[in-house]
Amino acid sequence: MLERLQAIIVKELWAILRDPRARIILVLPPLVQLFVFGFATTLEVKNFDVAVYDRDGGHWSQEFIQRLGGSPNVRRVITVSSSQAARKAIDERSVIAVVMFDQQFSANLSAHRPAIIQAVLDGRRSNSAQIVAGYLAVIADQMGAEIAAQRRPAAPGGSRSAVTNWFNPNLDYLWFAMPALIVVISMVSGLAVTAQSVARERELGTFDQLMVSPLRVHEILIGKMLPPLLIGLLNATVYVLIIAKLFGVPLTGSVPFFYLALIFYLLALIGVGMLVSAVSQTQQQAFLGAFLVMVPAILLSGYATPVDNMPAWLQIVAEGDPSKHFLIVSEGVFLKAMPATEILLNTWPLAVIAAVTLTASSVLFRSRME
Amino acid sequence: MSRLIAARRFRAMLLKESLQILRDPSTFLIAFVLPLIMLFLFGYAISLDPARTRIGLALQDSSAPALGLAQAYENSRWFNVTGPRDVATLKRELMAGDIRGIVVIPQDFSRRLQTPEGAVVQVITDGAMPNAAGFVSAYAEGVRASWAAREQLAGRAAPPLELVPRYWFNPELASHFFLIPGSIAIVMTMIGTLLTALVVAREWERGTMEAIMATPLRMPEFLATKVIPYFLLGLGSMTLCTLLAVFLFGVPFRGSALALLAIASAFLVPALGQGLLISAVTKNQFVASQVALITAFLPAMMLSGFLFEISSMPPVIRALTYIVPARYLIPSLQSVFLVGDLWGMFWRSITVLLGFGVLFFTLALRATHRRVA
Repeated sequence: MLERLQAIIVKELWAILRDPRARIILVLPPLVQLFVFGFATTLEVKNFDVAVYDRDGGHWSQEFIQRLGGSPNVRRVITVSSSQAARKAIDERSVIAVVMFDQQFSANLSAHRPAIIQAVLDGRRSNSAQIVAGYLAVIADQMGAEIAAQRRPAAPGGSRSAVTNWFNPNLDYLWFAMPALIVVISMVSGLAVTAQSVARERELGTFDQLMVSPLRVHEILIGKMLPPLLIGLLNATVYVLIIAKLFGVPLTGSVPFFYLALIFYLLALIGVGMLVSAVSQTQQQAFLGAFLVMVPAILLSGYATPVDNMPAWLQIVAEGDPSKHFLIVSEGVFLKAMPATEILLNTWPLAVIAAVTLTASSVLFRSRME
Repeated sequence: MSRLIAARRFRAMLLKESLQILRDPSTFLIAFVLPLIMLFLFGYAISLDPARTRIGLALQDSSAPALGLAQAYENSRWFNVTGPRDVATLKRELMAGDIRGIVVIPQDFSRRLQTPEGAVVQVITDGAMPNAAGFVSAYAEGVRASWAAREQLAGRAAPPLELVPRYWFNPELASHFFLIPGSIAIVMTMIGTLLTALVVAREWERGTMEAIMATPLRMPEFLATKVIPYFLLGLGSMTLCTLLAVFLFGVPFRGSALALLAIASAFLVPALGQGLLISAVTKNQFVASQVALITAFLPAMMLSGFLFEISSMPPVIRALTYIVPARYLIPSLQSVFLVGDLWGMFWRSITVLLGFGVLFFTLALRATHRRVA
């Protein structure tokens, strides 16, 4: 039995690694993705342009404009001189916001009357626009506080908030994105490799040959499972090294437990891939099927937006998504020094998903034999 | 006469290709089922709007002001407060991801309110999720500030300066208003590039490509019969998505159908060209599918400005976004839904997209020639 197993494992590894282009495809693009998407996936808003429509032209509006230009997040401050120009700048997306001062702005401030700054923001990007509005409000608040302090010096006491960001003191988005990308990229390549492996043989007609060979169904399955598992482990190891050593993301948790969870994550992915493979007739169907699973799985994983923000019923659906569980482990092991018990709590759902999908696909393969 | 025959030949091939597509259940899956799922997820699951965030509250002071502030956090529409509990328990919950932040109102809060230094509310966030952390700290401070204003503790007058934001095109600030139009670009990328690359690569793999090439059909005609059905499929799927966006998800449609059709058609040209190019170069289904995924689908998702702001990316990545066709589509697509017909912007997008299209088709044509020779 061991000999048979050995033979099928060698055959399966050979089947994947024989094609030089496939070899490259399995290793190089995941690395490129890590670099490109690691830097691209930020929900921060930096480096944006703002227009100013200053009908006041007085001391205080100039003061605000100067502070705006000094903000590290603002790239350029563009001056517009009509409301049409302001409208056009927003329409064409050359700026994300227009700050407007009315004619009485400085006069109001000097006369101790409340003064209002209007900001028009591009609602096509409502999320970024809200963040920009936040930046603008902070500048206005600071300026307002200074003016108030000048008018009535020494108004002590009151309360304030002191914020501490645990696990990631500077809220560096890269620290979040990198561990999350291990999860996403492993899924993309793991599902694709597994789903294709059986479908390819079926399309070429060699799967029937495999079925009539002395190999048992579970041996064939193990043979099919091992290459994606090895490739997944190899790629993930490379990512962990790059993320920790090159990008300097702290790796605070237990690495052995990370690998334990990783193995179950890969097994769950392989199980899902096998299931897709078992129900498809051709490679094309297998790929599209894998894609059909992959896109919702990534969207539900918590990578793009937190799972807690989803409606309750969708959070239940997300429990069946392996990447949702492994994302917690990956972020936890990198940033949170996650204790072993917490890792295991997120690993057992992966084991359940793997057991269910692998059993189901072996049943499907067996029923095909008869 | 020969022109007539050529036209008939072309029509026959077009019919053959179209039937082939329609008969394949997986085509149906990718062109109609997956778009539905995507739209659904972008409508319900993916939301960039601030939602109620679960936080923990550790109340260590039992004076009236401290209780009042605690009440303010509990009444806030931005937070779902667990507690009041001890900090150690809350820390464990923060670690497990059960809560996203902790607010500590310290022991001597009310006493310190009277001192010159003032009292400090401690806010601890889960930095492992930077976006949520930023949200928690900003809104926690907001709750405190409005509570303080109500209490008039420092006896301060109204702030002398106020910024009033107005959001054009989307005053409700609903993120699905721009995510759903954006996801139409993803759907068209799937059909245009992913599906085309896969299907044509299969023909290469099976050798049926050479068989068809041996017919008198000329190369550009031949490529046209391959892509026209997918072009129509892409437009069909786009129409379905638009109808769902407007009638099911209530996304406003302020532009014209003509503008949408023009932009979508212009985008399908480079998308299909890229699909053909990938299949002609790889001639292998597995490699083609992976290349299409990596060079078309993922960039359309990550580098197009659909989910992530391009201006926030580092310069190298920003430069890379210029070669992603979807980057030129997304602003126009969002505008035709939310703003109206901005033909100045649309023409610019269309020109760039068609430019990419010409480039990809030329390369695909050359790759196909070379392969046969």
